[in-house]
Amino acid sequence: MTTDVNALIGPYPFRYVPHPDPDVLIRVLDREQIDRAWVGHLPSAFYRDPTQGNAELYRALERFPDRLQPVPTIRPDWPRWRDELRRAASANSPAVRAYPPQWGMGPHDAGMRELAIAAGEHRMALLLTVRFEDLRQRHPMDSAGDLSAASIRSLARAGERVRLVVTAAGREMIEEVHWGLTAEEQRRVYWDISWVWGPPEDHLAKLFRMIGSERFVFGTQWPLRLTQTPRANLDLLPDDVRGSRLAGAEAVCDAGASAVRKTVTSR
Amino acid sequence: MTDDGAPLQSGPLIDAHAHFYHAGAGRADWSDVNAARFRAGERIGVTYHVASVLGSYGFSSPTYFPSPVDVTRGNDAMLALCAQEPERVRMFTTVNPNDTEHALREIERCGARGAIGIKLLASRRADDPLLDPIAAIAAEKGMPVLHHIWQHRRREWPSQEISDGADLARLAARHPRATFILAHIGGGGDYMHTFPAVVDCPNILPDLSGSGVDRGMLDAAVDALGARRLLWGCDLTMCTGLAKLRALEVIGLTDDDLEDIRWRNAARIFPDGSFPRCSPIRLDASTPRRP
Repeated sequence: MTTDVNALIGPYPFRYVPHPDPDVLIRVLDREQIDRAWVGHLPSAFYRDPTQGNAELYRALERFPDRLQPVPTIRPDWPRWRDELRRAASANSPAVRAYPPQWGMGPHDAGMRELAIAAGEHRMALLLTVRFEDLRQRHPMDSAGDLSAASIRSLARAGERVRLVVTAAGREMIEEVHWGLTAEEQRRVYWDISWVWGPPEDHLAKLFRMIGSERFVFGTQWPLRLTQTPRANLDLLPDDVRGSRLAGAEAVCDAGASAVRKTVTSR
Repeated sequence: MTDDGAPLQSGPLIDAHAHFYHAGAGRADWSDVNAARFRAGERIGVTYHVASVLGSYGFSSPTYFPSPVDVTRGNDAMLALCAQEPERVRMFTTVNPNDTEHALREIERCGARGAIGIKLLASRRADDPLLDPIAAIAAEKGMPVLHHIWQHRRREWPSQEISDGADLARLAARHPRATFILAHIGGGGDYMHTFPAVVDCPNILPDLSGSGVDRGMLDAAVDALGARRLLWGCDLTMCTGLAKLRALEVIGLTDDDLEDIRWRNAARIFPDGSFPRCSPIRLDASTPRRP
């Protein structure tokens, strides 16, 4: 089973994105033979209060419970954020999203650590986004900057039940974080492959050899990026790592596994 | 290749924007990177890599401001690779226009040994008069000029004197008989600025290469310029090249459009006979040819 852990719906404030809608996402998943997707609400990353964005996300995905799993946004400096987290857990969300750079939160923000721990206690992963766009093309008002490696290390060290899914990272950041953690902490972090370079530099192959493919998950960053990219990258792996197995989304967190089991049973 | 060993893509395919490394490039794994390009090229189904070497890639002079010595060494390495791989490698001559005499000598020297295009980095802005003699010789020899571009230049960036589509359009207007390849619409900057900036310059053909794979970018390029104005390429990331090929197949292009982007446009703008392993083109009156 292939799950895209890094899909979004909704418009992007800094450029036009064609058809960022769930029914289009379903057609794309069918075309690309992707079984399901963890879906976030793109505008919520830029809202001060993501609550209404989450409500919109739940509503938009209601029609596709077998394919699209909501990944709401939780802002840990917002009043009653734990209520919103409980709501995510009761909606069988496999993960929640947070955007520390967009919220002005530094690498050792206490609220972010609390969120990571609390999500883990609900058996949900915390999904982080290193970037939405290439630094070189950003709108002048898009000044938040990339998520830092220090932020990820800090959250990975926050507690043993923490599970992180870090999306849109490149090789340098992945290596900096991975080798800056203990073996136990490393096992708390999964990386999506949406922004990792393939040949001729072969960053993905090098990461598979040095870190292990089991630390990586399938992600596309649809609708911002071409859905075909991660699979093309896997198709171009050199012989010694071709066929390496990514971690399944169900392996990332117990909640994901639970949701998958429920869906499979109900089919 | 598929599981049975066949390439992932079938039919002629020309990568109009490739690079190779050499022993003077300051990295111990240079030959591995070259081998990886060939490996991935075979797997994708690339018929020809049209490539350049960018001096010493920063080892003994800056990548985008290579010294004359490094330019020559890099071109020598590229000539040697063409000699080793005549079936699948073609060459752009890299030049730094700040030394006009050296640049023109390199174009003559490498052209005589089979180079089919000219590579301009970011050593001088595209509309600078120093580029005029290079554009003039390119037109005379029928060699396209691949120009490094930052899609929408809003300010200076370190390590390069960047140009954007509007800059290149001014050069192209001064040299209507020359053909320019606008580098990597996925290579950084705002590609949505590039398309209207060059739409009225039929002698500018953007290539699709670069690590950028924004959804909507290819559709916008085709809508603005048409399939006859676009070239497929990879530059530094062949995974994104393959992804773009697959995306082109699902955005509603005709088979003719796909063939144009995959190889026919390249075959039209490079000197005749550059790609003998690609099928001969039947030209009709509406087919744009190299000026």
